[in-house]
Amino acid sequence: MSGIVTQRAKSAQRRDTQVGESAFVRVLLIAIALGFLGIFLVAPIATIFSAAFSKGVEPYWTALTQDDTVSAIWLTLLTAGISVPLNVVFGVAAAWLISKYDFWGKSVLVTVVDLPFSVSPVISGLIFVLLFGARGWFGPFLSEHDVKIIFAVPGIVMATTFVTFPLVARELIAVMQAQGSDEEEAALTLGASGLQILLRITLPKVRWGLLYGVILCNARAMGEFGAVSVVSGHIRGLTNTLPLQVEILYNEYNFVGAFAVSSLLCALALVTLCVKKVAEWSVSSRQAKRDASARALAVPASTAVNLEGMLP
Amino acid sequence: MTVRVEHIVKHFGRSSEAAAVADVSFEAQPKAITTLLGPSGSGKSTLLRLIAGLETPDSGRVFIEGQEVTALSPQHRNVGFVFQSYALFRHMTVAENIAFGMKIRRLPKEQVNKRVAELLALVQLPEYGSRFPAQLSGGQRQRVALARALAIEPKVLLLDEPFGALDTQVRLELREWLISLHEQTGITTILVTHDQEEALELSQHVVLLNKGKVAQAGSPHDLYDHPADEFVASFLGGANVIKSHVSDGEAKVGTQSVRAPVGAQEGTPVQAFVRPHNMRVRRPNGDNPVDLGKIERLTRVGGYVKVYVSLPSGESVVVLMSKGDLEALHVEPGDAVAVDVVDAKVFVQSYSI
Repeated sequence: MSGIVTQRAKSAQRRDTQVGESAFVRVLLIAIALGFLGIFLVAPIATIFSAAFSKGVEPYWTALTQDDTVSAIWLTLLTAGISVPLNVVFGVAAAWLISKYDFWGKSVLVTVVDLPFSVSPVISGLIFVLLFGARGWFGPFLSEHDVKIIFAVPGIVMATTFVTFPLVARELIAVMQAQGSDEEEAALTLGASGLQILLRITLPKVRWGLLYGVILCNARAMGEFGAVSVVSGHIRGLTNTLPLQVEILYNEYNFVGAFAVSSLLCALALVTLCVKKVAEWSVSSRQAKRDASARALAVPASTAVNLEGMLP
Repeated sequence: MTVRVEHIVKHFGRSSEAAAVADVSFEAQPKAITTLLGPSGSGKSTLLRLIAGLETPDSGRVFIEGQEVTALSPQHRNVGFVFQSYALFRHMTVAENIAFGMKIRRLPKEQVNKRVAELLALVQLPEYGSRFPAQLSGGQRQRVALARALAIEPKVLLLDEPFGALDTQVRLELREWLISLHEQTGITTILVTHDQEEALELSQHVVLLNKGKVAQAGSPHDLYDHPADEFVASFLGGANVIKSHVSDGEAKVGTQSVRAPVGAQEGTPVQAFVRPHNMRVRRPNGDNPVDLGKIERLTRVGGYVKVYVSLPSGESVVVLMSKGDLEALHVEPGDAVAVDVVDAKVFVQSYSI
């Protein structure tokens, strides 16, 4: 018995000294981490902004207000504005179906939801060309009715929606499966209809997961290059989104323009991170507020009990 | 205000597997607490969910207040269901949780607020309305779940292992409290539990389930005093099992002979179930030494002593005696004693065990 105790004490001591000795190791690890971050994150971002502003603010502003670039900005916003809400609806429906019901082929559906992630974005774009292009399945029908999908805005929206589909659904499936469906069943026995359960129980329950999925989905929708590049046709001022515009400007040796547009996308990424952080922070601060109010409530109750106990 | 189920069958998974509920029929007593009792896997929770409509039976019918509800969605059955996990809405306060069912029914706001206050008082949590479920203890959550279920003025209250997740002290308190709550509300209640003590103490009517079938239904006393078979006898109240065989229409149990089951043939192996308090040890008094047992151990439990006796047949039994009775005997571990049986239930031995 005493042998075990001394052994334990020894091992505890050894752990302490190890921690004490590791100052050098710690510094080394931190240096590696910082160096890595510097080379792969900070330096590129710094390069983008320094290249964008290399000739001053005015050329930067001129590059951004160029007609083609402005239309690329609008197209990007439009694309994200359509595909993100579509994916929210799809994602909620798919997650609800997958997490609340057991049915034949469920595992196949779960796999298919992830498909856009496992397929190369170029292929994702090509699928739509093969379907809706001039020689595609629906090509003759579409040209007959004068509907343009490929090399036009609808194709860009479709490709973007396809590529970003898993982001909302995946996030929600994980959250919903973790939370189970006890609360939904309880609401059902209390008389709530399916829609009431969705709006009052399920969505409030998963709202932070949903918000996170939407933020990621939006970032990807605005930044998607491969799939959009295949279906867009690169028509200046018409079918170029921001990432495509960057490529065009760069290939034309317009470095200030290319980096100016890049800086916009970069800023978008930073804003996305900030929104995510704020969302997380508001959750925790709200929780803290709840705790505080609960404590405030609990005090009078417990004093009352104490007083009662003290009465003769 | 009754609940009746008729010939309910429910399979999960492949139909070749044993049914979770296999042809169960029973009727809950109006305004009383009925317990669905059984070991885990006996189908009791499934049966409760079938009554609430959370599961659909493969066949059979469910009636609430004489109306068939088998095809009715849980949304329209108006039953109060309390889940084992409580299933409180985590993003709502306690008051919002309780008000939920009434808001769904579009009751006027003042009426809802008044009723929430009443229910909070009823479950003894008047100051907790603005808290969130995460800030409550297990016992408090349990009571909120009950208040929420009662808020919709259900025709029947269904409780799934209501005290399963609580520690012993809280469980005993809540048990008392539930009895008084039931006296106040008088609502027909069906409660699922695996705890036989809980069933015997809480309910006026017990339905004992085993492997998806009703083993025996009746008052707690009926089941305890007149078990229908060896499963009921061993599941309820704990019993010593003594193996014996029929000779001259009787079976020898301890130092005594007990009447054998009707129709049991000579030499048939039988099992006697004897409650620990239905046995006595005494000093040998002209008994055949072959029949005597030996005291292995004495364990004091409050005013009682558990006497562990090994019988000549090799079986070990527990005898529960009052401290005074035992002290009068002046026996110690190792002493040879005679074991008298006051009451025993003898069953023809089944080989399924």
